Amino acid sequence: MSATTVHGHAAHAEHEHHDLGFIRTYVFSTDHKMIAKQFLFMGLFMLIIGGALALVVRWQLAWPETPVPGLGMILTETGGVIEPSHYNMAFTMHATIMIFFVVMPILAGAFGNFLIPLQIGARDMAFPTLNMLSFWTTFPAALIMIAGFFVPGGHAAAGWTSYTPLSSVAQYTGVNWGQNLWCISLFVMGVGSMMGSINYITTIINMRAPGMSLFRMPLALWSLFITAILLLLALPVLTSAAAMLLFDRTLGTNWFNPSQGGEPLLWQHLFWYFGHPEVYILILPAMGIASEILPVFCRKPIFGYHAMAFSMIGIAFLSWIVYGHHMFVSGMNPMLGLTFTITTMIIAVPSAIKTFNWLGTLWGGRITFPPPMLFALGFVSMFVIGGLSGIFMASTPVDIYIQDTYFIVAHIHYVVFGGSIMGAFAAIYFWFPKMFGRMTNNALGHVHFWLTIVAFNVTFFPMHIIGVGGQMRRIYNPMQYEFLQHQQHWNVIMTVGALVLGFSQILFAINFLMSIASGKKAPANPWNANTLEWLAESPPPHLNWGPRIPTVYRGPYEYSSPEGPEDWLPQDRLVVASSS
Amino acid sequence: METTAATRAVTHILPGKVGVWWFLASEVMLFGGLIGSFIVSRLGSSGWSGEAAHLSVPVAAINTLVLLTSSMTMVMAFGAVEKGDPRGLRTYLFLTVLLGLTFLGIKAYEYSSEVAAGFTPVTGLFWSFYYTMTGLHALHVLAGIITNLALFVMARRGLRNQHRVELAGLYWHFVDIVWIFLFPLLYLT
Repeated sequence: MSATTVHGHAAHAEHEHHDLGFIRTYVFSTDHKMIAKQFLFMGLFMLIIGGALALVVRWQLAWPETPVPGLGMILTETGGVIEPSHYNMAFTMHATIMIFFVVMPILAGAFGNFLIPLQIGARDMAFPTLNMLSFWTTFPAALIMIAGFFVPGGHAAAGWTSYTPLSSVAQYTGVNWGQNLWCISLFVMGVGSMMGSINYITTIINMRAPGMSLFRMPLALWSLFITAILLLLALPVLTSAAAMLLFDRTLGTNWFNPSQGGEPLLWQHLFWYFGHPEVYILILPAMGIASEILPVFCRKPIFGYHAMAFSMIGIAFLSWIVYGHHMFVSGMNPMLGLTFTITTMIIAVPSAIKTFNWLGTLWGGRITFPPPMLFALGFVSMFVIGGLSGIFMASTPVDIYIQDTYFIVAHIHYVVFGGSIMGAFAAIYFWFPKMFGRMTNNALGHVHFWLTIVAFNVTFFPMHIIGVGGQMRRIYNPMQYEFLQHQQHWNVIMTVGALVLGFSQILFAINFLMSIASGKKAPANPWNANTLEWLAESPPPHLNWGPRIPTVYRGPYEYSSPEGPEDWLPQDRLVVASSS
Repeated sequence: METTAATRAVTHILPGKVGVWWFLASEVMLFGGLIGSFIVSRLGSSGWSGEAAHLSVPVAAINTLVLLTSSMTMVMAFGAVEKGDPRGLRTYLFLTVLLGLTFLGIKAYEYSSEVAAGFTPVTGLFWSFYYTMTGLHALHVLAGIITNLALFVMARRGLRNQHRVELAGLYWHFVDIVWIFLFPLLYLT
């Protein structure tokens, strides 16, 4: 996008919608705010699919081999009873969709696109066209992934980690094109996310408003910046691995086939070399979002701004050298296992710094509890539980006992649902007024939060218990094992919790859609927050700012500062020292 | 000077340049995944030198020379931009494209003679690596040729968007460097 075009648009920004027409405004838009909405709607739609798959899994575990209500319409040949092949497909695709097509599009895609230009005071991304292409590469990737459900043999069923040789030889799972489409979809998504992350990084490096130094950036931007770097460097490894897996399956190469000289463990190394940075790709934006929301509703500066930024950088570096903790039982050299144990324990340090800083922010604040704050607090508290269970399994001797049990499933859900999804909800409630120009319904938001947090814990906390009790991850029917039968009541409780959790999201959907259509009109700065995006109108016009872009004079979290007349000081406010 | 998004660069480096450098970082990881897997597999096996002996070192050496020369002509194209010499720019871009095509032609000759000798991607692990790594590299060369060709066409209308020559050059040199790693790894070990 050349300078002249941007300027040309700026000259008659108010006629923008008439100028560009429907397709350029809503479909192939180069406006970062529209692309953010596209990512958001895609992520929320995929959340419905991923959530439905989770309920299918839970139903089977609580009431094995009984017909699932409503599923008989799809699985006509079994009358709604889930067969082992369906079950494998359901848990594989639940995880794949949630990780790649829900959390990443919502946190990195939607909020990355929405917040980066607005919070640094830019008019758009550095490469608006590339931004548009990024969405229109990710979206087909999602379509390819969905297409896998409709091919003969069903969708990928080797787990979201697709361990070889289970995934590389079609006979083992009975899945043929499903797994191929899985590879192709992730390959395409990798290209889309590379375009997005190059854009994010370049925009943050190059397009900051005057005065917006790196250490005046809101922490959400720090988190998105670091996430973008991790995405850019981690996903290509998955891309090469997915290509190798696809060649094994289609061309007949034998990278992962031990009978022909291949090495199945190579997949695990490549996958987790990508996979562990990926974990932080999922959680870092939520950390940034929480750091953004907590100060606003405590009316206090964030505790330890620099420590927050540096701990995120520390996490990003360490995330490259911990991946082996996913492979403790793969037969690796015990010395190597010990190394990975130590690095994994070390990565708890920056995470703990962040947690204590959040608590320090809350300490002594004038806390109010609107829905975004509730979800941000939900994020902090659930992340603590997920983080602590992560430290248990970092230790090799403990991990050998609990690996591949429901304890691991509990951990991942406390981090990814309790962490990332809670963060996503917090972000949606917080920035909804800015995105759509309308307020959400407060009461519905409260009910949604309390139902979600209670049902979440009912669903996932017992997983720790049955995991230590020996229930293996990914088993089809726990009742087949005598030693698991005495804890089956937990499975029933968890499934009831999951059903409540799933259906209480209908409240969110109602709130979200009703508020877009007929919510109360939002003022420019409904939360009295400091960061630049609240200076723009709600919703911000095309090119975000009026004739002048804002100039930044201060950090993002100066709440209750004695310098200003109110208890907040926007980043563009220049306070001339009064000589009294 | 209007305060538009594209003209305001905090670092005073053009956005395109920052973007290309990060893109190359991503490419390093893409090739790194394959090269790393290759090195680990190579170290863990004893029979690979026999397989590698079926490759033609002289042909690949000539190809290496062709690619290195193309990097030189790319630099000269950029030099022509700096001197404000549109004719030189077109000449050197054309030479770069020509050398790139020569590289692909020689590579195609290599592939066909190897396939004729019965070595296909499914013959063994070495050959899977060989075809995938050189194939991925060849695709990158092809992308570079298309970029340079586009610049060549654009240069016929004068010296506009000249910094793009530098960006294309960064990419072209990167593709060259990847080959510098692939050549010894595949042919000489």
